[in-house]
Amino acid sequence: MASGRREFLKTAAGAAALGLGAGAGSFLGAQALARSSAGQPAAGGGKRYALAVDTKKCAEREGCRACIDACHVTHNVPRIENREEEVKWVWKEEVQWVFQDRVHEYSGEELRRRPVLLLCNHCDNPPCVRVCPTQATFKSADGPVMMDPHRCIGCRYCVVGCPYGARSFNWKDPKPYIEHVDPAYPPRARGVVEKCTMCSERLARGLEPACVEACTRSGAGALLFGDMNEPESEIRKRVESSLALRRKEHLGTRPQVYYTL
Amino acid sequence: MLEKALKGSGKYWGLMCFLALLIGVGLGCYLWQFRVGLQITGLSRDVPWGFYISQFTFLVGVAASAVILVLPYYLHDFKAFGRIVVLGEFLAISAVIMCMLFVFVDMGQPMRVLNVMLHPTPQSVMFWDVMVLSGYLLLNVVISRVTFGAEVRGVAPPAWIKPIIVLSIPWAVSIHTVTAFLYSGLGARPFWLTAILAPRFLASAFASGPSLLILLCLLLKRFTRFDAGSKAIQKLGVIVVYALLVNIFFVGVELFTALYSDIPEHKHHFQYLFLGLEGKTTMVPWMWFSQIVGLLAVLFLLNPKVRENERFLALGCLGVVVAIWIEKGLGMVVGGFVPSTQGSLMEYWPTAPEVAIGLGVYGIGFLVLTVLYKVALGERELEEA
Repeated sequence: MASGRREFLKTAAGAAALGLGAGAGSFLGAQALARSSAGQPAAGGGKRYALAVDTKKCAEREGCRACIDACHVTHNVPRIENREEEVKWVWKEEVQWVFQDRVHEYSGEELRRRPVLLLCNHCDNPPCVRVCPTQATFKSADGPVMMDPHRCIGCRYCVVGCPYGARSFNWKDPKPYIEHVDPAYPPRARGVVEKCTMCSERLARGLEPACVEACTRSGAGALLFGDMNEPESEIRKRVESSLALRRKEHLGTRPQVYYTL
Repeated sequence: MLEKALKGSGKYWGLMCFLALLIGVGLGCYLWQFRVGLQITGLSRDVPWGFYISQFTFLVGVAASAVILVLPYYLHDFKAFGRIVVLGEFLAISAVIMCMLFVFVDMGQPMRVLNVMLHPTPQSVMFWDVMVLSGYLLLNVVISRVTFGAEVRGVAPPAWIKPIIVLSIPWAVSIHTVTAFLYSGLGARPFWLTAILAPRFLASAFASGPSLLILLCLLLKRFTRFDAGSKAIQKLGVIVVYALLVNIFFVGVELFTALYSDIPEHKHHFQYLFLGLEGKTTMVPWMWFSQIVGLLAVLFLLNPKVRENERFLALGCLGVVVAIWIEKGLGMVVGGFVPSTQGSLMEYWPTAPEVAIGLGVYGIGFLVLTVLYKVALGERELEEA
């Protein structure tokens, strides 16, 4: 995480020094990359972490919350019951809402109502990073879209810019809503945005994300984590050989969470 | 110069006390919000921007509309605006101050707001909006101070101010364009993802801003010895009518594109605003009221005979301000969030403390405006005496 942040700051300082040109360059550059990589994996020799969700396997375990609980306990995510103010990093929604553009009037009831696991997509072209006025949210070299809650001014432009509803704002102090605060991970203050970070703190220690670990341990085996830049990785092979969907593909955000229905 | 604001009639002090009361109540509510967070507002996960940001958007338009006086007066030597051009600049100053305060009260971590300057981020439109708004405030402070100072001393303004005045014209257009880009550059929000948003913002600004200015001039005429002159007011009236017609046309163009194409993600937002979706109808009466009042105002004001009657003109201008305030200060922002990116329908309505904080900000803006107008009028009376 620290090295990613440093890398990021270097790039940002360069961009700031170049002023407007750099700003325009970055989003035009991103488009060029989108075009060049349409049929190819992302460039660069480093890692590109991604997640694949097998929605059928996930749905077989009705009411299972193993991944959600693991994530929320690990990261001190508050449990706020009212929908207006809730904070969530990982959650489930029905296929008919998640893939509005893929279902139609003849889609079967089971499919339409099948719960899908949702989290930050860690897009390769993240709109939240583009709009953030302070670089409090930024892209790390190996993929995860990160959040610096100490720099965030709470303007919520990233919440507005995210097409996936993956970002939560702390409308109030979250601490009273955390059952046991785990001192290993800092809880957030009120007035800042938070979201899934792909467990960058665990990745740095060579561990898989907490949700993936919990899913595997529960026996469901619906979540697969790996490096898309590694041609022999299991996730890369699955994404290559099956129709793995990404949410709102047409927006050009290039999500790195893949779904098989 | 500023000492002119310290002497005034009972009515003047009555107004000041009223504004101070608004500010006091707003400040109290803000301190509460500062302690417990934005939970005291009606904002939510699905509607993260509401009353504050929509007031900001509306007021950027009011600020930009000063150009409607500056351009004819300085570039086309339209003398009739000579007496009121400084009033337009003062209105712009107070509007930009309100804009900044509305953004400030919307922040979850207001003490960190300067991070925007500390970590400049050219790829963020919000960074540019902060830049152009601060620049516009500075321009108007410098221009009004230099030109009005020269007028008071009875000399011509220095030559160096002319290029700065010319610069302020495209700058005024830029503040509302950049503000529209805050919204129209987001793939996540199909309601705002339209190239007409910036032109529409400008059209509605050039209708509502001059309307407000006409109302202020008519109030000054009634309660002070200042008369803007009927030629200036009538010319502003014509500008209001044209701008409003263009705005109505732009709204129609948007409605056609969304409804005729019949693409659900574009259509749903208009359906929500004008018909309601699945029984969620909070915005419906407001939107119809806004559109009907806007249409009636334009039909009313189109007739030159009606415009010449200052009572009717005031009524029409009030209609324009109300119509655009609802359209831009409520429907435009909230409509973009319902339905949400995930198709859910969570409605929004501001809470009482949220409105009180907003009225407090308006109180500060109108206090600044009152002081500035008092100074301007006081100095003018001295000149004439």
